[in-house]
Amino acid sequence: MEKIKILVLAKQVPDTRNVGKDAMKDDGTVNRGALPAIYNPDDLNALEMALEAKDRLGNAEVYVLTMGPTRAAEIIRESIYRGADEGYLLTDRKFAGSDTLATSYAISQAVRKIDPDLIFCGLQAIDGDTAQVGPQTAEKVDFQQVTYVEKLVEISPNQITLKRRLERGVETVVAPIPALITVHGSANPCRARNVKRVMQYKHARTLTELKEENRENSELFKDRPYLKIEEWSVDTIQADDTHLGLSGSPTKVKTIDNVVLAQKENVVLTSSDADVEELMVDLLKSRVIG
Amino acid sequence: MKNVFVYCEVTEEKRIAEVSLELLSKGRKLAETLGVKLEAVVLTDQAGDTLDTIQEFGVDVIHLAESKELFPYRTLPHFRVVHTIFEKEQPEIALFGATSVGRDLAPRIASALRCGLTADCTSLEIGDHVDNKTGKEYKNMLYQIRPAFGGNIIATIVNPETRPQMATVREGVMKLEKADKKKIAEIKNYKVEEILKPEDLVISIIERHIEPQKVNLKGAGIIVSGGYGVGSKENFKLLYDLAAVLGGEVAATRAAVDAGYAEHERQVGQTGVTVRPKLYIACGISGAVQHRAGMDQSAKIISINTDPNAPINAIADYAVTGDLMEVLPKMIAYYKKYSK
Repeated sequence: MEKIKILVLAKQVPDTRNVGKDAMKDDGTVNRGALPAIYNPDDLNALEMALEAKDRLGNAEVYVLTMGPTRAAEIIRESIYRGADEGYLLTDRKFAGSDTLATSYAISQAVRKIDPDLIFCGLQAIDGDTAQVGPQTAEKVDFQQVTYVEKLVEISPNQITLKRRLERGVETVVAPIPALITVHGSANPCRARNVKRVMQYKHARTLTELKEENRENSELFKDRPYLKIEEWSVDTIQADDTHLGLSGSPTKVKTIDNVVLAQKENVVLTSSDADVEELMVDLLKSRVIG
Repeated sequence: MKNVFVYCEVTEEKRIAEVSLELLSKGRKLAETLGVKLEAVVLTDQAGDTLDTIQEFGVDVIHLAESKELFPYRTLPHFRVVHTIFEKEQPEIALFGATSVGRDLAPRIASALRCGLTADCTSLEIGDHVDNKTGKEYKNMLYQIRPAFGGNIIATIVNPETRPQMATVREGVMKLEKADKKKIAEIKNYKVEEILKPEDLVISIIERHIEPQKVNLKGAGIIVSGGYGVGSKENFKLLYDLAAVLGGEVAATRAAVDAGYAEHERQVGQTGVTVRPKLYIACGISGAVQHRAGMDQSAKIISINTDPNAPINAIADYAVTGDLMEVLPKMIAYYKKYSK
């Protein structure tokens, strides 16, 4: 039996959930530098489901693909610490400014090169919440798609049974392999880092990272080739430039407006008995309540 | 050709989903502005009287596909039929509800048609656009307006070159308004068995358990809403107490839902429900633009926050600076004292 290839699509995102006070500049715009870069939460659930699939199948490997700048190699290392076998960083300036359609094109080209049997990704990324790249990628590589998946029920080399979490309930579906699965945040949380794997892979680097550390002449990859994280460019995945970046993106940002809040004339109160009493009497009098 | 299309979702109870009726209401206005037709797309097993409601929204054409393969929803059968209709009809605009169905289907369609899709729009307008680089002018574009990542930023997105211009919208964002005059729509029937391919039918649903909607935020006149500042699921009980006394519902922000303080169906905001109650009591809510997008049309807003400079205070009618653990029990006590 051939090994089942499982691919996880993961993204490094700014942590928009913890927007602290220093994350906003005085002019009301976002200070992106102040937001820590994290592993997109739903993608961690997807990694876990991929690892569960591998555990059950036995004869399988888990690969991770991420698209982003050099520092996104952190996503590959984190995935490997938690049990992924190998990872690829899709990085090229030509990807900059890609909307979801251009992004899914780039990813689909990389997917063709990897040729997986199953793809897991998070339902959505917290920096845009679009939930679009999964289904768009599935369409481009002509995979079946199962979205909003909460639980891996059963898996064999030919088919996969999945429980979906919908607005008002659940649904269990059987899908043939190959398929792309988008994983809901309510799925099992990802297993912790494995200490042995952290020790083994903490020096894993991309070539660009080694250069940034002024170690491009080190013997690292020669001695321990498994520590090399592959970097793929537009050329590696044989992508057509015109489908990438701003020019390959059908959606254009026309304007960005800062929302200036016109201060409403309001009643300012404290938590004192008298103030709360006044508030409730006011509301009752004006028949807003009661 | 060049018309406004709305994909109408059919609910478990065989009705057209609220969000689809809201989109028909908005779609009619967009079509009027553009001087084009409004067309509905309905995929179900048997339409029966499902279409009656649509007739009240001024729809010109209903594209109807009936087959047992189309209910309950599965991705590829719906994808194949909608894709076929769009290829033939070349819509100018196509709108989908941002539900588990719309968010599954719309991106797959957009990818196949290689056209732009904007998620979770909070406003849709028609306007012109000039490309900054080429200077090329585009008339009557769909402005897809949505809050952008992380702060007080609203982005207006356009798709100058590709059609249809596609967008998803959450339930409650657009107002449901029936047409002044009832119009009898032309119904176009499709032979589904001639459209579907065998590979579209390979996913099977083996079990479904769909419950009636439990929380009705949109219908609530009074909403007591909590943010991350509430601090815990236990503290949220105070909000339930106040809501019970006032006869309201409990809602939450995205941050509170993510922290596990409240269920997802209670989420108000851009990626939750949009509400317009007569009273919105915001407890421990700082007021990110994504949250405000879902509640700033409330008739009266009370903010209870330990931070006197919380952004939400700017849109509040009453800004109470204080600990909600202290304020809420007092509100309950004084309400009981005076309401008789």
